[in-house]
Amino acid sequence: MKISISRIIIFSFVIFSLFVFWKGLKIDNNYNTKSLIGKRISNFQLIKIDNDNQYISEENLQKNRHTLINFFASWCAPCRTEHKYLLNLSNENKEIQIIGINFKDKKDNAVKFLEELGNPYNFVGKDPGGKISILFGIYGIPESILVNSDLTIIKKIVGPIDQIQYDQILQLIQ
Amino acid sequence: MLSNIGIGLIASTLILSFLIIYIAILNLKISRQVIEKNIYKLSLFQTTFTVLSFFVLIIGFISSDFSLINVYENSHTTKPLFYKIAGTWGNHEGSLLLWVNILVIFSYLFLVFSHAHDKKFRLYTLIFQNILILGFLFFLLLNSNPFNSIYPIPLEGLGLNPILQDPALAVHPPLLYVGFVGCSIYFSAAMASLLSDYGGKLFAQSIKNWVKISWCFQTLGIIVGSIWAYYELGWGGFWFWDPVENASLLPWFAITALMHSLIVLEKRDTLYAWVIILCLSTFILSVTGTFLVRSGILNSVHTFASDPSRGLYILFFLSLMIFSALTIFFLKYKKKSYNLNLKSKETFILANNWFMAFFLITVLTGMLYPIFLDVLTNVKISVGPPFFNIVIIPLVVPFMFLMGIGPKFGWIKSKNKILNKFFFVILGAIAINLFIFYFFGKYSLLSNLIFIAAIFLILHSLLDIKKFINNKNKNELPRIISHLGFGLLVFFIGINHQFSFEEDFNLKVGEIKKTNKYQINFKNIEIKDTKNYKAVIGVFKLENLKNNLVQYLNPEIRIYSNPETLTYEAAIKTKITSDLYLTMSNVSRSEYYNIKFQDKPFMIWIWISSIMIAFGGFTRLTFKKNED
Repeated sequence: MKISISRIIIFSFVIFSLFVFWKGLKIDNNYNTKSLIGKRISNFQLIKIDNDNQYISEENLQKNRHTLINFFASWCAPCRTEHKYLLNLSNENKEIQIIGINFKDKKDNAVKFLEELGNPYNFVGKDPGGKISILFGIYGIPESILVNSDLTIIKKIVGPIDQIQYDQILQLIQ
Repeated sequence: MLSNIGIGLIASTLILSFLIIYIAILNLKISRQVIEKNIYKLSLFQTTFTVLSFFVLIIGFISSDFSLINVYENSHTTKPLFYKIAGTWGNHEGSLLLWVNILVIFSYLFLVFSHAHDKKFRLYTLIFQNILILGFLFFLLLNSNPFNSIYPIPLEGLGLNPILQDPALAVHPPLLYVGFVGCSIYFSAAMASLLSDYGGKLFAQSIKNWVKISWCFQTLGIIVGSIWAYYELGWGGFWFWDPVENASLLPWFAITALMHSLIVLEKRDTLYAWVIILCLSTFILSVTGTFLVRSGILNSVHTFASDPSRGLYILFFLSLMIFSALTIFFLKYKKKSYNLNLKSKETFILANNWFMAFFLITVLTGMLYPIFLDVLTNVKISVGPPFFNIVIIPLVVPFMFLMGIGPKFGWIKSKNKILNKFFFVILGAIAINLFIFYFFGKYSLLSNLIFIAAIFLILHSLLDIKKFINNKNKNELPRIISHLGFGLLVFFIGINHQFSFEEDFNLKVGEIKKTNKYQINFKNIEIKDTKNYKAVIGVFKLENLKNNLVQYLNPEIRIYSNPETLTYEAAIKTKITSDLYLTMSNVSRSEYYNIKFQDKPFMIWIWISSIMIAFGGFTRLTFKKNED
């Protein structure tokens, strides 16, 4: 076989791709978000839904002992069911900060949603493209993440918050 | 019982494959130009055994024989008979058996129908095809055996995933498998062609029908999958650039390029090396797609319970295929110079190939980039529709112009005269586009270009039809149908995209919602109880405010019992000019329902034009040899 540069490039490319595939097999499933627990949040910045000039970042999270980050959208039916738990949480626990991340939604719909059901959030940030949510390993909403002041994720809830999850959150923030 | 029969049949197939390879190698050394009778017999036995094994599995599903793990995990006694049968290939193991079946059947049919060709070439093809068969048989037996038994025998099965219980989805996998696995035969033939120096026109003739068959089935399979997504997934879209949809597009781009350049090889005896590359890459891309989907590296509706050992095996086999293909290709490759005239049919076909290659690389990049990034840097991103739309859509404009012009050129060299006609057709296309733009609504410059290019292609194809009616040159017909179909498809997708209307809102029984064109009245809720599922059916009265036409739409929320799953069935009213699409989902602990209402113009025409593309291919298949 003649050896030429183009052939070497082709072979190396193939070997590289196959190697990546092989490594990919061993990687923990993309969306297994359980592994997030115990990890620290970094590069966190969230722009306010109705004002592009206001945002919060890590320093804000560090000020509070606990922050619950909740991912929601107006088009998401299960988000409505968990809403009353979020309201309870914000009414009865002044120490916990609740941040809402509005996932792939329109601003007007989100505002209407909160007017209709009440607003449990200290801050509502926007994520129209879903990029921030990917950072948190969110693949469906609702999902919620409980973070302490070290920015470490201590709990992750996939799906709507129910009574059991609610009690667990209360226990964790005691 | 069935377990033993099934494994027995598979094991016999395995032994027969070894025997066929062995006898074929012996036969290669004999100088007589005939293939030994025994090889035909063994191949026939091999085909019979595999087909039988598949029937054994179907019987297992029909009779709900839960001693087979596969049946236990994917079926249930209360499933309708149709979905019991469809369940056979609705899971990883069963679909792999279908895969092996197609490999074996194509192997036998190629052997029988290629008798006009060189013996050495046919034997090599048979050997390579049987190596592929062996590879997948070992995979089936060692890792994914559909005939594994379970003891004690469970009384009831776990059931088939309800979103798979749909007529479109029952035919989608077999169509795609004939399309994708069918490519294996010209992968083998290409390897054989390199080894036996059997190239050129004769090689093109030996594989062209197989290419057409697999192209038709791939096209149809992708369309059916898209129709299913539209009806079943409840988003109202028909193409999502989902990784698995992309995986199915990769071989399709390669095979479409192949189908075109094969004509050049057959008529002009050039582009041989390029044709070989396409033959090899079509099947390699099919297997790559299978690997990405089955290994669980990509997550989507197509992921079966994922299992890394499965991925490891396919990856191993894939590497083997790629390296042997590359090695043999580089060993045998002879550089040839092409003399192509700019104004010739072959130049345009090559242009088609470049576009296909570009689309392929774009989709491949969009698909692999997130995987590479995740593996190498642990950063997770998703590449979505915006990327594909931005990169691919602008290129569709010149592509369609060339698609209209190309076929007008003759082989080797053409006169300048034909260019004059194009000028008038472009003027016509611009005029029609202005008409739509002026009367129906404004859209962007790119959309204008897309419409002009699509109308240009449609007008051209219509002129071709007129010509066809005059001269009855049958050879042109399949091309005209497919190209017209593509022009119409892009045109209707464009219209659909520009003029769709969508609204999301919450409603409870008795309430009325007004949009700019419709008044939607949520009249009532009905409960239906069937053997397979319970359903909550919404009764919506829809009044068109412009012409006071009243229609009823009945979306459903189905609660399947085995396994317990909710599915949302869209209510779709299809008319010639538009589809009304309504889905409802329940808002728990509330009497409100979340309603998604869409008015999508010309949906049915998107399906009709895409089926036209496939139909063009099928008409070509009906031609007899001498007419081709």
